[in-house]
Amino acid sequence: MSERRKWHERLKVTLWTLIVPPAVWAGHFLFAYLWAAISCAKDGAFAKFPVLFALGTVLALAVIALSGWIAWKQQRTVGDPPPHDEGTEVDRLRFLAKSTLLLAGLSFVSVLFTALPVVFIGDCR
Amino acid sequence: MSLHDQDDIALREAQEVRLRKVWEPPKGLFLRWTDTNNNQVGVWYVLTAFGFMLFAGVLALIIRMQLAVPDNDLVEAGTFNQLFTLHGSVMMFLFAVPMFEAVSIILLPQLLGARDLPFPRLSAFGYWSFLIGGVFVSGSIFFDAAPDGGWFMYPPLTTRTDLSGLGADIWMLGLSFIEVSSVAAAVELIVGVLKCRPPGMRLNLMPLYAWYILVVAVMILFAFPPLIAGDVLFEMERLLDWPFFDASRGGDPLLWQHLFWIFGHPEVYIVFLPSIALFAMLVPTFARRHLLGYPWIVLAAVGTAFLSFGLWVHHMFATGLPKISLAFFSAASEAVAIPTAVQIFVFIVTLWAGRVVWSTPLLYAAGSLAIFVIGGLTGVMVAVAPFDWQAHDTYFVVAHLHYVLIGGTLMPLFAGLYYYWPLVTGKKLSDRLGRTAFWLIFVGANMCFFPMHLSGLEGMPRRVFTYPEELGLGGLNLASTIGSFVIAAGVAVIVLDLYRSPWRQKAPRNPWAAGTLEWLAHPDDENWGIRSIPLIESRYPIWDQEDFVRKVDEGRYFLPDAEEGRRETIVTSVLDARPVSVIRLGGPSWLPMLTAVALGGVFILTTYHFYWAALASGMLTLALVLTWLWTGTAEIPEKPRKPIGHGLELPLYISGDAAPGWWAMFITMMADATAFSGLVFGYYFFWTRHEDFPPMAMADGPGVWWPMVALAVGLASWLATVGAREVHACGKIALARVLVLVGIAASLAGIYAGLAGPWLSGMDPQMHSYPAIVWTLAIWTTAHCGVAAIMLAYVLARSLAGKMTPAHDADIRNVTVYMHFLALTVAVTYLTIGLFPELA
Repeated sequence: MSERRKWHERLKVTLWTLIVPPAVWAGHFLFAYLWAAISCAKDGAFAKFPVLFALGTVLALAVIALSGWIAWKQQRTVGDPPPHDEGTEVDRLRFLAKSTLLLAGLSFVSVLFTALPVVFIGDCR
Repeated sequence: MSLHDQDDIALREAQEVRLRKVWEPPKGLFLRWTDTNNNQVGVWYVLTAFGFMLFAGVLALIIRMQLAVPDNDLVEAGTFNQLFTLHGSVMMFLFAVPMFEAVSIILLPQLLGARDLPFPRLSAFGYWSFLIGGVFVSGSIFFDAAPDGGWFMYPPLTTRTDLSGLGADIWMLGLSFIEVSSVAAAVELIVGVLKCRPPGMRLNLMPLYAWYILVVAVMILFAFPPLIAGDVLFEMERLLDWPFFDASRGGDPLLWQHLFWIFGHPEVYIVFLPSIALFAMLVPTFARRHLLGYPWIVLAAVGTAFLSFGLWVHHMFATGLPKISLAFFSAASEAVAIPTAVQIFVFIVTLWAGRVVWSTPLLYAAGSLAIFVIGGLTGVMVAVAPFDWQAHDTYFVVAHLHYVLIGGTLMPLFAGLYYYWPLVTGKKLSDRLGRTAFWLIFVGANMCFFPMHLSGLEGMPRRVFTYPEELGLGGLNLASTIGSFVIAAGVAVIVLDLYRSPWRQKAPRNPWAAGTLEWLAHPDDENWGIRSIPLIESRYPIWDQEDFVRKVDEGRYFLPDAEEGRRETIVTSVLDARPVSVIRLGGPSWLPMLTAVALGGVFILTTYHFYWAALASGMLTLALVLTWLWTGTAEIPEKPRKPIGHGLELPLYISGDAAPGWWAMFITMMADATAFSGLVFGYYFFWTRHEDFPPMAMADGPGVWWPMVALAVGLASWLATVGAREVHACGKIALARVLVLVGIAASLAGIYAGLAGPWLSGMDPQMHSYPAIVWTLAIWTTAHCGVAAIMLAYVLARSLAGKMTPAHDADIRNVTVYMHFLALTVAVTYLTIGLFPELA
């Protein structure tokens, strides 16, 4: 009897899941830009709602970390070591998972990059 | 048919005769131009783009001659403005982007082991649009009417008709027309990569070139449409005096900069990634090993694609935006260095780990990486806002961008030229001439552009037609000019090499001993693309799969025959490339060329304000498009299924999201929705820029009532279509037809209700940016309602003509995709113009 697989193993990895981490980065980036642009233009100071910005950043990092964690689990699906270049279902899965994991790393760093100016600049000038 | 049938040589020869006949190009002086085979169209495309590059190169030489010495008077200031504007525009729009599409149109079918890409007529249409638009824009300089506002065309100097001539219209309309062909190519390439891979080529076995092209084509969908939106606003201001960019009437020139650079920055990566993709093909060949770090390249391509959209404001660091905004874009600009570096390291590591064969293509690759890295490093410098304020609008930036583009686009393309020439012509280019050309270009590029860093830092501004001797920049400029002629000499050597090619001996098949599918091509080229569509089990099948080439050649894989005398290829599933169906491809036809001519008429006649003639040309375009669709798409096959070999039988008709046509519609609509979001961005941008937007005096606006009515009827037409699709699939044809009629009526009502708001409240679009942008959104949306009515009428006609049945319902399924996006457009427009003024 086969063991029932955990939910993160049952998720179907596709091209859409591959772009989740960078899409979250894009969403966070747009959010950061609009948040600063609108609060600076309409209130003259963005520092009024830094809590909103912090929440958005934490949320983005959490989603990226989650997708990275799922990808980490899925790329450890049993099989040969890399380069995952066999024409099999499991190698395709592990390839997509590995790519997603790498993209999650890049996106995580990039979200941190975007958050830094708010910490260091702190106003609209 | 079984595998062993192919042992019969007579059978194989009979198959080859049939295939040859089906794929035979039309003959005759004129008819040959009606061909749509990507092999042919791709070659025309490449040659045309190469021709435009030489033209733009000559413009650059004149620019450099003018700047060779201080106080020069070789050309006048006005001519100089035309020269640099056209040099930049042609290199970007008529060389770099089309060249990538052209190369891909040749390579992709080969790389994917497909007979052809799914929409060959669309490629041909793209080519003819490109040619017409390109000649129109480039030719203007011979009539002293070329655009002269820089390739970025910043308003207000370019939007005020008293300060700029016809050139600005030629730029806007001519290049908008070419953008149409770019989006068309993007559709072709995305669907090609996703749906036309050979059986077994799962995502993890896809050639890296295909990965890059997929990523780049998707980037085009999100990068080009904002510029199209910008062009719409720009021409509305020039032709109709609607003040989007006129600060005295509530407009803002910065809106143009935003829309332009949302296109303009990703554009740099759109031309860079495909060139790097060529490396991804040739580096493993000459390293004699598999590329290391395959997923890392995917990371690099996808990561760069995303991050490159977060860079547009770094072209606007000096415009006075809040520092915090600049800092976000500065951060993203630094972050993009990570994936860019990753792919370069992957190439270096692969070469390091392999047994390198130092060929001419690899020499170009190595040289271009050296140049590109210097451009990348200065890119990191200008991404730091305070440094950029110093370097902005100086020759430092000119040096940076030319290093990036020569290292990242031009030289990789030359590497690809030397690598792939045998694939296209069956003949190798000369190694001796190639290496001579390389060293001339490499030395010339450094000699031309390195001194510009110094002249820029010493204060040489961009775009000035001359400079005084006292600045002390004469020596550096002279060095740059000499360097530019050395580059030109190198390019001339390449042209000479190409010119001599027809008289050379044929090269052996697969002369570089490469491992990827495109090298199945035979020196004595057959037009059928590939003899039989293989089963793929590895990333480098020629190296890894036993007897691979022989089996392909003997037709031992799929679809080795063309029994029905039709051009065909196999469609597979997106993730795992499982065979889904056989599709019939469009053969030679006048329609693509005629449609391009008619559509070109719309843009060109509008440039000269011949509005009635332009309208007639538009009607002609519509008629041609409908003829094209009616005669060439969603054809009901003579039998439901056909065998493709090895006991596999595939359907000849599919609809819905398994079908290439559905994907083409979906992708086109993504581009459409992106353009629309550019216009919506305009509305909200004005709101952030102005204290009172909508202005109090105009707050009555379009009101709430009419926008809500338009929203209701728009959604009704969507629901009617979705309903029609569902009941049609259940076989209730009559009810489906009634629902389609309801959809048509609701769409037409949507036109009236959408325009009634701004019309009945007397909004004057020339007065202020607010009525202008409201009118624009309303017109955009109602025009889409009009298109919906035409599409639904087409569906009805197809049904009545018996060309659409419940089992063959691609037409209504594709139109439903359009209607989903229409519903989205209607909702965003009418909620924005109807309800937002109530909230703001």
